[in-house]
Amino acid sequence: MIGYLLRRIVGAIPLLLGILTLIFFVVHLAPGDPTARFFSPNVAPEVIEQMRRNLGLDQPLHIQYFKWLWAFIRGDFGYSFGQMRPIGEILPEVLWNTVQLTIISLVVIFAVGMLIGIVQAVRQYSIADNVLTFLALFFYSMPSFWFALMLILIFSLKANTAGWPIQFPASGMTGVEYDYLSFGGKVTDRIMHLILPATALGIGSAAGVARYMRGSMLEVIHQDFIRTARAKGLSERTVVFKHALRNALIPIITLLGLYLPFLLSGAVLVETIFGWPGMGRAIVDAILQRDYPMVMATSFVIAAIVVAGNLLSDVLYAVVDPRIRTE
Amino acid sequence: MGGNTTRPGGAAWTGIVLAVLAWGFVLSLFFLSRERLWGLGRGGRITADLYLAAATLAAMAIALAWLTVRGTLRRNRGYVKARGDSQWSIAGRHFKKNKLAMAGLAVMIILYIITLVTPLVAPYDPAAQGDIVLTRNLAPSAEHLMGTDKFGRDIFSRVLYGSRISLTIGFIAVGISVTLGTLVGALAGYFGGFVDTLLMRLTDMMLSFPRLVLLIVVIALFSPSIWLVVVVLGLTGWMGTARLVRGEVLSLREREFVQAARALGMGDWRIISRHVIPNTMAPVIVSATLGIGQTILTEASLSFLGLGVQPPTPSWGNMVADGRDALIEAWWIATFPGIAIVLTVIAFNLLGDGLRDALDPRLRT
Repeated sequence: MIGYLLRRIVGAIPLLLGILTLIFFVVHLAPGDPTARFFSPNVAPEVIEQMRRNLGLDQPLHIQYFKWLWAFIRGDFGYSFGQMRPIGEILPEVLWNTVQLTIISLVVIFAVGMLIGIVQAVRQYSIADNVLTFLALFFYSMPSFWFALMLILIFSLKANTAGWPIQFPASGMTGVEYDYLSFGGKVTDRIMHLILPATALGIGSAAGVARYMRGSMLEVIHQDFIRTARAKGLSERTVVFKHALRNALIPIITLLGLYLPFLLSGAVLVETIFGWPGMGRAIVDAILQRDYPMVMATSFVIAAIVVAGNLLSDVLYAVVDPRIRTE
Repeated sequence: MGGNTTRPGGAAWTGIVLAVLAWGFVLSLFFLSRERLWGLGRGGRITADLYLAAATLAAMAIALAWLTVRGTLRRNRGYVKARGDSQWSIAGRHFKKNKLAMAGLAVMIILYIITLVTPLVAPYDPAAQGDIVLTRNLAPSAEHLMGTDKFGRDIFSRVLYGSRISLTIGFIAVGISVTLGTLVGALAGYFGGFVDTLLMRLTDMMLSFPRLVLLIVVIALFSPSIWLVVVVLGLTGWMGTARLVRGEVLSLREREFVQAARALGMGDWRIISRHVIPNTMAPVIVSATLGIGQTILTEASLSFLGLGVQPPTPSWGNMVADGRDALIEAWWIATFPGIAIVLTVIAFNLLGDGLRDALDPRLRT
């Protein structure tokens, strides 16, 4: 098992190096350079030239590449022109915010998706199954940014004007009066701010999980050992949750790796809409400000998260299914 | 048309109902656009768009007339064409039984017809700004079916014109990515060894970026335009197809018919293009259909972020973005384009699922 784990981790290193190379060349082949944002009639060309020399942009591309790569490997991500702060300082903050949002969404996705999938499989071809199948398709086909806007419209704006008992905040991570709240109030405030973004982010993938779960559960439920379990008089609940579910879960684990890139794509949109200060918004801001070091650092971190997620799901798969390890 | 001689009585009725519906659709299009069609005869300022739309409408009417005539003739003569079963005709029979998938197909066909005849049926010019005081942010009414936006532009017309952008981009981008993916997958699977390792490492690398992140990085670094969006969408969507095709090719490579082709002295290129790739087409078609839906979603997301199709060209994504600022006073601006996206993507997903069920022998019931 440890050998398998080590092999997979060593295998990921060239992948990460390749990703770094790809990011560097995509960013550097584009027209314009980081000094473009300082162009103005008030800035002398000599100053720009000096700036280029200070940033090392006058050197040949391959030398820039190796210097950048070496700095990156040592953990020196450079300096963000947009926020005028070292990127090493910014990254942990935005990463932590995105991780909060993503983990809550993952919980929502797998809890809701699996529950719906189980219901559908147990009651195959019933009205509930058909309705849920169609609902899943509907949510699966919905653009997350539009769903987010509709959530804001209904549960924040309409709820506010109509005076509903439950209203959700439309943006941000914390309320205006957050600093003056008690500890319990702070926790509630944070949770209230999390609900809408997490729902908007997770619903499409939850529908996807439900579809997989239904298929996987149906496959298991028609096998002989389930009939045996029923024949020996176990209750339906035990049969479904203990015997069937455990076996149906195996293929679902691989979805964890599959949905991580989806979630991070969605996070770009959802964080922009809800004003959530995470990775997604950081990368959009960095791009709009032509903040190249920040673009490279954030896109690498996002790609690294995806690689790590894939690794995790492979390892989990190997834990659950011993046949994988021996190959 | 699968060669069945006898049909249950219900089938003939569904045929007639469908024919009536199709004629109703075409005639109502004629009725809606009668003034503009007469305008064509009188001359004046006419764009190529309008001629194309009129030609499409005429072609539809002729095709439908031909189908109707042929249908009645065949029924009278009791004409049956003897034909063997191929993989595709069997799949076609299974597909026709799947009502949801047929509904998806119908919606898709109607959508593509609408993109062609838009200039005839759209009630207003999508760029025409009304009186900024009197006609801005009007609620949906008989005059403006989906209301107007902050410049007094008719949302319904803009949604119709937006369908052209979204569907065209979806179609072309998926065309690019499927071609590229099939080629990469076939080369990697057929040659194996070093080529395989190289191409698959590249695929893994591209797959490690969430697609939207890769897209916004590339598009934002260059200046956004429709063509850049199409090409970049095409170049970032091929990885799934490549993996799929590679898997198929790995097993096809060892089959007898490929070995026979090799023994006959065929070149690698000829074997790949004539014998290997055609046999991988079934799953590729399914993934392409599902891919069009995903691509339309991605294009909408890009346009929403302001990195895709640029205003004033209407696209569903940038219309939702417009509506975002006026969510309280004018909910209809963001709602209707969003519903259009959802319906389109549902149609493509239904179609793709139906194709998968029909083309994969293991999933046929």
